[in-house]
Amino acid sequence: MANVWVFVDQFKGEALPVSWEVLGAARKLAGSGKVSALVFGQGVEAIAQQAIQYGADEVLLGEDASLADYRPEPYAALISQLAAEAKPDVLLFPTSTRGRELAAMAGVDLDAGVLVDVIEVALDGDTLSATRPIYAGKLLSKVETSTKPALATLRVRAFGKPELDEGRSGEVKKVSPAMADGDAPTKVVEYAAAEGSVSLGDAAIIVSGGRGTSNNPDLQPPADITDEKEQEIWRAQQGFKLIGELAEVLGAAVGASRAAVDAGYVPYSHQVGQTGKVVAPDLYIASGISGAIQHLAGMRTSKVIVAINKDPDAPIFKLARFGVVGDLYKIVPALTAAFKERLNK
Amino acid sequence: MKIAVFVKQVPDSAATLSVKGGQPDWGDAPLVINPWDEYAVEAALLLAEANGGEVTAFSFGSESAADALKHALAMGVSDAVLLSDPALSGADAGVAARVMAAAIAKLSEVDLAVFGKQAIDSDTGLAPSMTARLLGWPSLTLVAAVDALDASAKTIKVQRSMEEGRQVVQGKLPAVISVVKDYGEPRYPSFMGIRKASKAEIPTWSMADLGIEAPTSRVTWPEIMAPPMREVSNEIIEGSSPEEIAGKLADKIIAEGVL
Ligand SMILES: Cc1cc2nc3c(=O)[nH]c(=O)nc-3n(C[C@H](O)[C@H](O)[C@H](O)COP(=O)(O)OP(=O)(O)OC[C@H]3O[C@@H](n4cnc5c(N)ncnc54)[C@H](O)[C@@H]3O)c2cc1C
Ligand SMILES: Nc1ncnc2c1ncn2[C@@H]1O[C@H](COP(=O)(O)O)[C@@H](O)[C@H]1O
Repeated sequence: MANVWVFVDQFKGEALPVSWEVLGAARKLAGSGKVSALVFGQGVEAIAQQAIQYGADEVLLGEDASLADYRPEPYAALISQLAAEAKPDVLLFPTSTRGRELAAMAGVDLDAGVLVDVIEVALDGDTLSATRPIYAGKLLSKVETSTKPALATLRVRAFGKPELDEGRSGEVKKVSPAMADGDAPTKVVEYAAAEGSVSLGDAAIIVSGGRGTSNNPDLQPPADITDEKEQEIWRAQQGFKLIGELAEVLGAAVGASRAAVDAGYVPYSHQVGQTGKVVAPDLYIASGISGAIQHLAGMRTSKVIVAINKDPDAPIFKLARFGVVGDLYKIVPALTAAFKERLNK
Repeated sequence: MKIAVFVKQVPDSAATLSVKGGQPDWGDAPLVINPWDEYAVEAALLLAEANGGEVTAFSFGSESAADALKHALAMGVSDAVLLSDPALSGADAGVAARVMAAAIAKLSEVDLAVFGKQAIDSDTGLAPSMTARLLGWPSLTLVAAVDALDASAKTIKVQRSMEEGRQVVQGKLPAVISVVKDYGEPRYPSFMGIRKASKAEIPTWSMADLGIEAPTSRVTWPEIMAPPMREVSNEIIEGSSPEEIAGKLADKIIAEGVL
């Protein structure tokens, strides 16, 4: 039995789905103990109700203008103050940008151990023990901490999402900010436009393209593109158009190899791999990607991997449940058509 | 202005890892500067060039970590210091951050501490925010660009690369930033730089030099394991036309129940 707290990560009034995965894990860790959700922001009462329906017994709701824009210092100050007073046994965060840095800062404030990006977690007496991938998943490490509270961030899609139970009820307690707005050392000036909707981390299906997307000698770039590099990028964009169409039919996110990113075919936010995003979707379709170790490190735990590559010796085939040795320019559009027909789209 | 940049020595990203005697083993793969930290060094150098100032590189680790510092020197930083002490083996992220914060304090009058996004061996990404917190400085992680920096007014404006897009944040100096790839390709070490680096004497600061007691780790790692082998049955889909192949493949994917 333990008291477990969960930081519910939200952006502009919408909770990140991984927050509910963390609540589900917290419920299991707590046993007959209490699960409390921390919901901070402005206009986030609806999230507090959702947190209860996903398994929280209680919500500590920080509704305040100073918490409207996410900033690490006011958020961390409030988490640490509340935890120092109420002394929960465990404090969980999603492994998101905000979750990771808040865990780091609260860890310092509370002089507590922080277990990062774990894929399994258990409580053994006073010890929180977990498993986490290291070296981009090339190895696994058991990690433990016995501080009170013990902190951990939980990897996206590693813990199942609990069922929403509309019948659940719980108490919502208002909490006041721990830091006056004027004392915060930073100010959010604006949100620049997002680079498309690339939520690679929590995508169930990812369709990725690599350097092979530029390899179609039959394609004639428009006459005004004379630079060779520009012509290559133009060709790759035609290839990524095909990748994008397949992704659309499947409701998938678009990924890429580093070679495709470095060559300027697509923005970095699409990169999968050791120095990009580490992903584990149910289905990963790689086209024109050779399967370098750094790329494999980022996607090898995907449930079903499909590889489309001209070269029968490409290393990606070793990981692939299904492989097609062929030209992505021919196979990918045919696959899009085949799915359209079968999925009635 | 005075800039500190933190670089870690890690096994090459192409290394195949295994477990030997309970420890990670990377065979004869070389140790290199953490790839993310090359971006941090690049950012530190660009900021020093634009605003006037000097860059000092620090690495925390065993003696071999001096190689990461040599790489930073070859790229152009003015000074390098190894943070090393036998009392600190098995340091967790919190201990590393305490050592790094103490190094920043000892260097004194630092305006900006620049970190990489994450170390590719331990993959924690905690050091920048932990160090910031220990120093009481703003933590500006995952910086894709510095829009403005005023060393005399002590202000900085950065673009943070968040899941939802870029957040433009104004903050006060001194501050900690961690840098992501969008910042710009790291420069190659110059010939002169490599010569300078190879001759450089790199000083070591121990805990006594830093004036701190060895901090205690809060996290332990009792076991390192190879990930379970995945049994993948490979199946190459063939056919006489792309349409036939695609049709078969679509049916098989649907049969896997992953859509
Ligand atoms: C420090 C470091 C970190 C790295 N991190 C990452 C990372 O995070 N992610 C990552 O992906 N890489 C990473 N890399 C790079 C990695 O080593 C490879 O260079 C990269 O993954 C190769 O990308 P690719 O497979 O698209 O290109 P290539 O290796 O060039 O492969 C292209 C493939 O396309 C096939 N092809 C060509 N034309 C066609 C066609 N018309 N139809 C079908 N197939 C075709 C070819 O047969 C070939 O197999 C990193 C490297 C380093 C040094
Ligand atoms: N031992 C170390 N020596 C120097 N810098 C480090 C060390 N560990 C972490 N860092 C810095 O902190 C960043 C984040 O690392 P980490 O939090 O360990 O994933 C790295 O990119 C480095 O800039």
